[in-house]
This record gives sequence, C-alpha cells and structure tokens, in this order.
Amino acid sequence: MPDSFIVSTSPHIRRRLDTGTVMRLVCVSLVPAALASAYIFGLNGLLVIVVSVVTCVLTELLCNLVFGKEITVTDGSAAVTGILFAFTLPPTTPLWMVIIGGFLAIFLVKQLFGGLGYNIFNPALAARAILLSSWPVTMTTWVKPVKSFLAMDVVTSASPLGIIKEAQRVAGAADSTCNYLDLFLGTIPGSLGETCKVALLMGAILLLVFKIIDWRISFTYIGTVAILSIPLGRAPLAAVLSGGLILGAFFMATDPVTSPTTRGGKLLFGLGCGVLTSLIRSFGGFPEGVCYSILFMNCLTPLIDKYVQPRVFGTKKRARSRLKSEERHA
Amino acid sequence: MRLITSIFGSFKGGVHPPEHKEPTESKPIERMPLPSRVVIPLQQHTGAMCEPVVKVGDEVKEGQKIGEATGFVSSPVHASICGTVAAIDNFPHPVIPAPVRSIVIESKGPPAPATWDETADWSALSRKDLLDRICDAGIVGLGGAAFPTHVKLSPPKETTVDTLIVNGVECEPYLTSDHRLMVERSRDVVEGVRILLKVLGVQRAYIAIEKNKPDAINIMQEHVANKALWNGATVEVTPLKVKYPQGSEKQLISAILRKEVPSGGLPFHVGVVVQNVGTAFAIYEAVAKGKALIERIVTVSGNRIREPKNLVVRMGTTFATVIEYAGGIVPSERHVRVIMGGPMMGIAQYTLDAPVIKGTTAILVLDEAGPWKSLPCVKCGACVEICPMNLMPCRLADFAERDDFVQCDAHHVRDCMECGVCAYICMSNRPIVHLIKYAKLNLIQAKKP
Repeated sequence: MPDSFIVSTSPHIRRRLDTGTVMRLVCVSLVPAALASAYIFGLNGLLVIVVSVVTCVLTELLCNLVFGKEITVTDGSAAVTGILFAFTLPPTTPLWMVIIGGFLAIFLVKQLFGGLGYNIFNPALAARAILLSSWPVTMTTWVKPVKSFLAMDVVTSASPLGIIKEAQRVAGAADSTCNYLDLFLGTIPGSLGETCKVALLMGAILLLVFKIIDWRISFTYIGTVAILSIPLGRAPLAAVLSGGLILGAFFMATDPVTSPTTRGGKLLFGLGCGVLTSLIRSFGGFPEGVCYSILFMNCLTPLIDKYVQPRVFGTKKRARSRLKSEERHA
Repeated sequence: MRLITSIFGSFKGGVHPPEHKEPTESKPIERMPLPSRVVIPLQQHTGAMCEPVVKVGDEVKEGQKIGEATGFVSSPVHASICGTVAAIDNFPHPVIPAPVRSIVIESKGPPAPATWDETADWSALSRKDLLDRICDAGIVGLGGAAFPTHVKLSPPKETTVDTLIVNGVECEPYLTSDHRLMVERSRDVVEGVRILLKVLGVQRAYIAIEKNKPDAINIMQEHVANKALWNGATVEVTPLKVKYPQGSEKQLISAILRKEVPSGGLPFHVGVVVQNVGTAFAIYEAVAKGKALIERIVTVSGNRIREPKNLVVRMGTTFATVIEYAGGIVPSERHVRVIMGGPMMGIAQYTLDAPVIKGTTAILVLDEAGPWKSLPCVKCGACVEICPMNLMPCRLADFAERDDFVQCDAHHVRDCMECGVCAYICMSNRPIVHLIKYAKLNLIQAKKP
C-alpha cells in the first residue's frame, strides 16, 4: 500500500482539451487559408506569414525572459497571433514593417497588458491598425493575384470594396463589378489571408465542429452585415464575401479573450460589429471597416460582460417572493 | 410528463464525462467479510455531532446504538460489529480534514448473529411510527450528502409536498452501487418507495434513472406496472438523458418537472421531496426489519484498483481494508489519488485509515493525473455555458482569487453546488471549484461574530 497520495479539490478528472491543444487546432484551421494566400499572392505572401509568426513567437519569448515571467510561448497563442496578423496585411508589405507590427502586437497590445487572457484588444488587429495609421499608403496598396509562384512583378489594383466605394462616390449608386466566383475563390486583390473565402470557411467549420469558436458571434456579425447591406444599397452576398468579413467574423471577433463571455453578450457583440462594419464601409473614410469595428467592440466587451449576465437558476421574481414567504414562516 | 422530459431532454447545462462504469456495472453486489476492527465517527451526517452512549471497555452488539443524536438535525450511529469498545478518540475522517471523535470497536471471537426486530408488515404502522423508526435507525441521505432523512421527510407545515422523486440517476462516473441495487434488490427498493409515499402522504412519484442503465429501468418499470402495489398513487419510471450533474436535487427536479427550486431554497419550496434509491432501500430495511444503518453498498473502482467490485461494507471499515479486499492497488511508479465518492465531487483522501461512513458511495483509486497546470482565464465562456446553476464560474474564480468576497456574494456564489463541471471543462485548467470553496468559507467566517 502506498503511503502518499495526490490530494486536491474536486473534480479529479479533466476534459482533455487544454489551451495548447486549442491553439494548435486554430493554427491547423488557418493552414488552408495560408496555402491559398501563397498560391494566390506567391512567394511574397508566404514570406510575410513566416516572418510574422517568427517575430511574434520571438517577441513572446523575449517578453517572458525580460519580464521574468513563466515561459508561455508553448501555449501557441503567439503563433496564432502571428498568422492572423500576417493575414490582415497587403501581400507587398515590406518585411521590416511586418517585424515592427508583429513586435507591437505581442509586446504592446498583449504582454504589456499582462499576457494571454488580460489583453483588451485583439493583438493582430490592433497591430494592423497601428501600421495603417503609420504607413497608410503601403497598407492600402493592393496587388492583383500573381500568375506564377515565384514571379516578383506585381500589378497594383483596387480591392473590390475600394471599387464599390469609388463607384458610390462618383456615381452615387452601387455598381458591383465583381465576379462572385472570384470573390469566393479569392483570386482578387486584398489582404493576404482574407481573400480565399473557401479556405477560410474550411477552417471555420473545423473550429465550429470542435466548438473552439462560438457560432453566435460569427453568425450574428455576418447576418447583420448581410441584412444592413440592403438598405445601404449593396448586394448582400458581395458585402459578405468581400473585404475581411469572413476572416474577421470567424477568426478575429471570436477571440475569447477580447469578446464577451455570455451567450447574450456574444450575440450583442456580433450585432455591434456588424452595424459598425456596415456603417464604416458605407460612410467612413476607408472602404473596409472590419478591423476598426472589432477593435471598437473590444473596448465595449467589459461593459457588455457587466450588464449581460445569465439569470441565476432559481432567481425568477416569482420564485423569490415565494421563498420570502417561506422564510417569514420559518 | 414523460413527454415533456423527452422533448426538453434534461436540465440546462451540464457535461457528459466518460462514464467508466463498465468495470463494475455488471458485477453482482458482494458481501465483504466482517472486519475485526471498525472506527465509527460520531459525525457522519450533515448536522450536530452525536454524543457517545457507551464507554471504553463496554461490550456492544451489532446494531446497538452507540452515539445518540443531539437535536433534530442529527442522526444516531450504531455499532456495525459485535465487540468491545476499544477507544473513543479523534481519528481520521474521509470528509472532514481534521480528525473527528470516533468510537473504535474491536471484535475477538466470531460474530454473534444479529437479532433484528422483524415487522414484515409495516402497513399498520402510523406515519409517526414510521418516521421514528427511520430516525432511530440512523438513516441519512445515502447519495453522498448524508442529510438526516427524517428531517427531509418532515417538511415544514406551511409547505405542501405533492411529489416524491426517487433518485436512481447515479450520474457520477465509475459509480454503480445504486444501479446494482435497483437490479438486484428492486423489490425492496419498491417497498421503500411505498413507505416513503405513506410517510409523505403524496400520490405522485417519479423514479428517475439515466438511460445508461436499461436493465434497471426495465425491472423498475415492471414493479411500477403492478397497480396493486400503489394504492391509487401515480408512480412512473422516468428514463433521463445521460448527463452530469443530473443527480443533483435541483437539476433533477428541473429535468422532470420543469420547476426551479428558488435560490437558497429547498425542494419543499416547489412541493417536492427527493430521496436516493439507496436511502429508499435502507428505509425498507429499517422499517420492515428493524435494521439500523450499519452497512452500505460501496463501489470500489478506478484504473488502479486490481479487482473492481460492488461491496456491502460495514460502517467504520477502513479504506485500507476495503481496498485490500478488492485486490489492492496496482503497483506502479506513479502516485494514486484515492477518492471517496465520484471523480467529479468526491473527496481526495490523505490516508487509507479513514473509515467507510454513511455517505461513502464509492472508493476510487485513480492513476496520477494532474496537478493540472493552471493558466490565466481566456474568458472563453465554456463554464458559463454549461453551469447548471447559470452562474459565471470564471468571474467567481477571478473575484475569489483577488479575495473580493463581496463581489462573489453579489454574483451568487452561494448558489454554487460545487458540481465541478466548470473546472472539468476549463481549457486553462483553472481551479474554479477550489476558489469557489475558498470564497464560501470566507463568507461563512465573515458572518461569525
């Protein structure tokens, strides 16, 4: 008979899924979109992704060492941030700019707030917002998909949302010139990882099946944009498939740390993102609003969490008054 | 009502951990040989501790009362073997962390056969007589909480109880004692249910069993179909979806009747009394055979026990004796976790000298797992989604970690029943139940003058 035992508070069993596994699954779910971007935008695109991931992981390690904290690189969250950050960038972003962005995402937006679980903003999106305001031209220069993987010559072009916006500004009417198949397959100008919807949806389905992400945020977000596109004079399907909406709705807005905790809060969060995205796309200075919408809703998350809470079991008003009468008797 | 249950399925929230019932679910209940020494704690129930009524050196008989209840919410304890009182002192207890005052009985010769006051026909007994017998036999809730049964069967006068729910859910992984009891002693369990109906004076009962025990459902259904037994009362077997924590009173009432017990309230407040099948069986034995609660069925299982069994064990038998009888612990370099009860809510033991008590549903020996490394909460909301009480476990844990007990209180920490689904599902391995217990303890201490 042994004379020493492991003693701890119940429960004595745990579900197998831990944070590391979840992060690895998210990485896997992003692989199709990464491959698609390499195919569509060539070697340049692949380099941006690799540099971004390496920068993020190294920055996380550096922060752990400098701050004297536990090493958290192994939880995989920095790698996820790296991939997602690269996905928001134009394929022609200079690599030094990618390094600055990746560093800011992890150091400024994540680690300075306390690391995983404590950041207020989505690190990838916040870093993109910083780059966008620092180098607005580079960050809004879109290129056409390349013909061959190694071809380094690029042809600049406007993104589909840019075209719609320009058309709206000039003619005052919507004139969608995009081909739906191109929008769906991603053979269009745009940020690295956002264009190939079919690859993104494959990853999204994986995450939904494993219940890593909650459908509530993604579906309300996309649904709101689709519905609002009608009064705003846009084609709903084009509104959903263009820009970073699919990437943002499934992979950015669903970031658990920066989105609300409760079911009701998640619905509200998705709704808010959808309304803001639609408004920015139609009336804002930029053609696309996914990034700023999610960042804005990130700010509201603590407030939503405070006010949208589930009704505790057995606290219906009726039940409560009944209990009070019991207490009087006792 | 069965229609509603099948449409809505079950209560809200919960999880379905791996069941691990295979090692013992088809093993007949086995009677363990009488131990030569028992340690009987004077506190085996929720409520006031018993006072010993024997002295060191006294000869005691099997079933003799050795500890008298002190007050209404208390329950007497009885000698579980014949022998001599060897000591009355503090000994390890499986639930209470500090040693508890206990009576040690040692037997020398072969056990004398017990003499029970058999009254096979209990139907002539009045409600009060029945309650007295239940009280005198020291019967408490055998599902694990060990709340004195006579208290539960005496609802306050202002409440009207119209429904009895017999709890044969056994939703904790590994546990099969209630399952085997329903299969092997179904007639006696049904007799116990009839006694309960009479004591409570109710005309409606549900026997709740999860669908992973089809043999128990069938056999109980056969008895229920025999109208002659029920005197006009409506009794039905309710098969339930397999989900933890379905055996919790509030969740069971919600699953069957769609009623919510008010926060801070008891099942009385919605007109329901819930009794475990094991308790129903013990009530039958007490009333019809005059037998005190001196033994119970214990599932001995886990992945490090050599021969998993369902055993009838005398109260006070040490865990070491029981484990030895079940073939002992499989040797390995890895440590073990010995748990009294199920893996979700059971209590980890620091010594095998702890005795089997009335609330010991199982003794599990599990291979070393954990301690799990806790990472910061990522606010994924999984715990909020599955909390059967609709609490926000992640926030409660955060508040508790910062010693912000006022916020814990405001967020209904006291409604938490510590079922553990939050900590089970948490991908960051947060010790949520631990922190919640810590907050509750501090709130209780803050109330004391």
